[in-house]
Amino acid sequence: MVSTSSVAPPDWDYAPAPESTDVVSIAPSYGLFIGGEFVPPAAGRHFATLNPATEQPLAEVAQAMEPDVDRAVAAARDAYQGAWGGLPGRERAKYLYRIARVLQERSREFAVLESLDNGKPIRESRDVDIPLAAAHFFYYAGWADKLEHAGFGPAPRPLGVAGQVIPWNFPLLMAAWKLAPALATGNTCVLKPAETTPLTALLLAEVIQQAGLPPGTVNILTGDGATGQALVAHPGVDKIAFTGSTEVGKEIQRAVAGTGRKLTLELGGKAANVVFDDAPLDQAVEGIVNGIFFNQGHVCCAGSRLLVQESVADTVLDRLKRRLGTLRLGDPLDKNTDIGAINSRQQLDKITELSAAGEQEGAERWSLACPLPDRGYWFPPTVFSRVSQAHRIAQEEIFGPVLSVLTFRTPEEAVAKANNTPYGLSAGIWTEKGSRIFWMAQRLRAGVVWANTYNRFDPASPFGGYRESGFGREGGRHGLAGYLGA
Amino acid sequence: MPDRGQHARLDVRKTYKLFIGGAFARSESGRSYPVTGRRGDLLAHAAWASRKDARDAVLAARKAMPGWSGATAYNRGQVLYRVAELLEGRSAQFADEAVRAGGIGPARAAQQVAAAIDRWVWYAGWPDKIAQISGAANPVAGPYFNLSVPEPTGVVALLAPAAASLLALVSVLAPVIATGNTAVLVASEQAPLAAISLAEVLATSDVPGGVVNVLTGRTAELAPVLAAHMDVNAIDLTGAVPADRAGLEEAAAGNVKRVYAAGRDWAAEDWTVTPSLGRMLAFLETKTVWHPIGT
Repeated sequence: MVSTSSVAPPDWDYAPAPESTDVVSIAPSYGLFIGGEFVPPAAGRHFATLNPATEQPLAEVAQAMEPDVDRAVAAARDAYQGAWGGLPGRERAKYLYRIARVLQERSREFAVLESLDNGKPIRESRDVDIPLAAAHFFYYAGWADKLEHAGFGPAPRPLGVAGQVIPWNFPLLMAAWKLAPALATGNTCVLKPAETTPLTALLLAEVIQQAGLPPGTVNILTGDGATGQALVAHPGVDKIAFTGSTEVGKEIQRAVAGTGRKLTLELGGKAANVVFDDAPLDQAVEGIVNGIFFNQGHVCCAGSRLLVQESVADTVLDRLKRRLGTLRLGDPLDKNTDIGAINSRQQLDKITELSAAGEQEGAERWSLACPLPDRGYWFPPTVFSRVSQAHRIAQEEIFGPVLSVLTFRTPEEAVAKANNTPYGLSAGIWTEKGSRIFWMAQRLRAGVVWANTYNRFDPASPFGGYRESGFGREGGRHGLAGYLGA
Repeated sequence: MPDRGQHARLDVRKTYKLFIGGAFARSESGRSYPVTGRRGDLLAHAAWASRKDARDAVLAARKAMPGWSGATAYNRGQVLYRVAELLEGRSAQFADEAVRAGGIGPARAAQQVAAAIDRWVWYAGWPDKIAQISGAANPVAGPYFNLSVPEPTGVVALLAPAAASLLALVSVLAPVIATGNTAVLVASEQAPLAAISLAEVLATSDVPGGVVNVLTGRTAELAPVLAAHMDVNAIDLTGAVPADRAGLEEAAAGNVKRVYAAGRDWAAEDWTVTPSLGRMLAFLETKTVWHPIGT
């Protein structure tokens, strides 16, 4: 095999190609979306949401407190017992189709707003987040009037009011993952977007108004962790769905203990991306890059541990570093940007702390030598080699653009190492041998396994974890189960 | 002519032990407790399992996991069917035990045992079918072959229903092992003997040691250990008293266990009704595999 590591990457200059922000109009201040309208928070408190690429405030949003949660849950209950709960499935379906269509029509606006509030590259919000969010509503719209055929009995029933708490890494997409199946099955919702990324959820509230959903069917409460806690603990909520860290997921499972409320959890991960010596290495390198540097590594199913067969480890690392040299880090709104901003100061601190631990524990650090903008939160793509299984960077979720590289000799060793974390969300396999793909896929304790690809998502494809990565599935027919009772 | 020399034959009583890793053992603690019939008559001294016995049972269940979950579904189905064959041969014994435990007459007992055997046969047919019901080929919008398949959750702790008729016992245990999990069953505290007799059937059938482990003793002592155990993947709280449920569910959050039978009173459960798939699906994970399509 010819090593290409000595060949310098082509020196391509890119002119700036920023997406215009004219398409988005951001209000200076937002209320809470309760009962179909924006209302001021009871306590009158607001906080700023920042553009992580500039640290400039974009708007201020309301801090929902317990009285607001009470009010939103009551509005959702009224809608459940009234206008939404009384609708036949075919009517619910049409409302969801409307939402999907408006999302498609306003997709550019959503993409720009998502990149502004989250820091992710416009290429990703435009090509991944927003189209998938629309597709999710479109997919579940079609289930609303077919539930008796879904395999949950002849007359499956909704649960009632769903309390849904979502993270900041895919703000609109996670809202779609939560709302679409809940609404299709006839539930009503109280959704709490993440503290640092509330704006696309608030724009979605406007879309929900435009689609004409009965007031109270969807309520959106912005706020911090305390808002989420109040929602999860609220006795008027029949079902809780959470996506976020394993640590918070465990707290929620404890809070729900003994209440009989239905719970689904989509939590953290530390996925192994396993590369065998017979893999198409250039494709594998693309998959490794997509696996861990997509969305700055703010992905619960990110391929954050590269397990590479010892005989090709040096080659793969060389090619990987060379490929990383072509990545462009910077303005999220630039259409050529590959790596955007880290979502928050807090997350940047966590990535910095864990990376420092990697060095202290003896792993070898390599970071892309690229200029970082003066303002904003940034972290260069980073690769740790000589990582041992006991290192924190091999066990803990970093949720940033940091890859830990471990090696293996035999398939059995690859499986043992891949499964050696408390998580079990996802995994990748790279090999040309079909039988080995399925042999590996059977043994990897993970809810999603990508073979010769990585980070693919589809509304028809169930997503969710084994073990401490949570329980329940989102997407596909399986995604209905979390919102239906017998 | 009567044989004047004949004595009334003294029956040989059974020692009821724990069943861990395919072997019958007394509790490592040396403890036992009296099990009585409805009128207070002594039926046996059952082993009073310790927390250490519970941990040993989890170890045995974990050890049995690769073999049992890795067996073909056809094989698991045959192994389970074989259990039904042996149960059938011992049906009189189970009915007799049910009568001695009290509360029901011989006819009702025989009927319950027959229903339990039929329930076991029902589950024996599921291992090679459940994937076709709960799996899927997903039509994703791209050149990918995308399959969802069910896989066993792992080691499942079961708190058996207090009633502990053989039917109730079979109804909670069979779905767990039919789906390829391994089990640590805490028998009904008041009526544990049927569970041990069932273990004797399992031991002499083709079920590998460790796939089912049976503990007798105090549920309040054993359940918290299993609920908090970091190598138990799921827990069925059917036999938990309502007052203990919240605490056990809280403990289960330590490693994000799947909890079955939360928030429902199972004391009044009618076990004679044909079950739903619920008890199987509760202990299955869905794995989705993406594979590109190309030349």
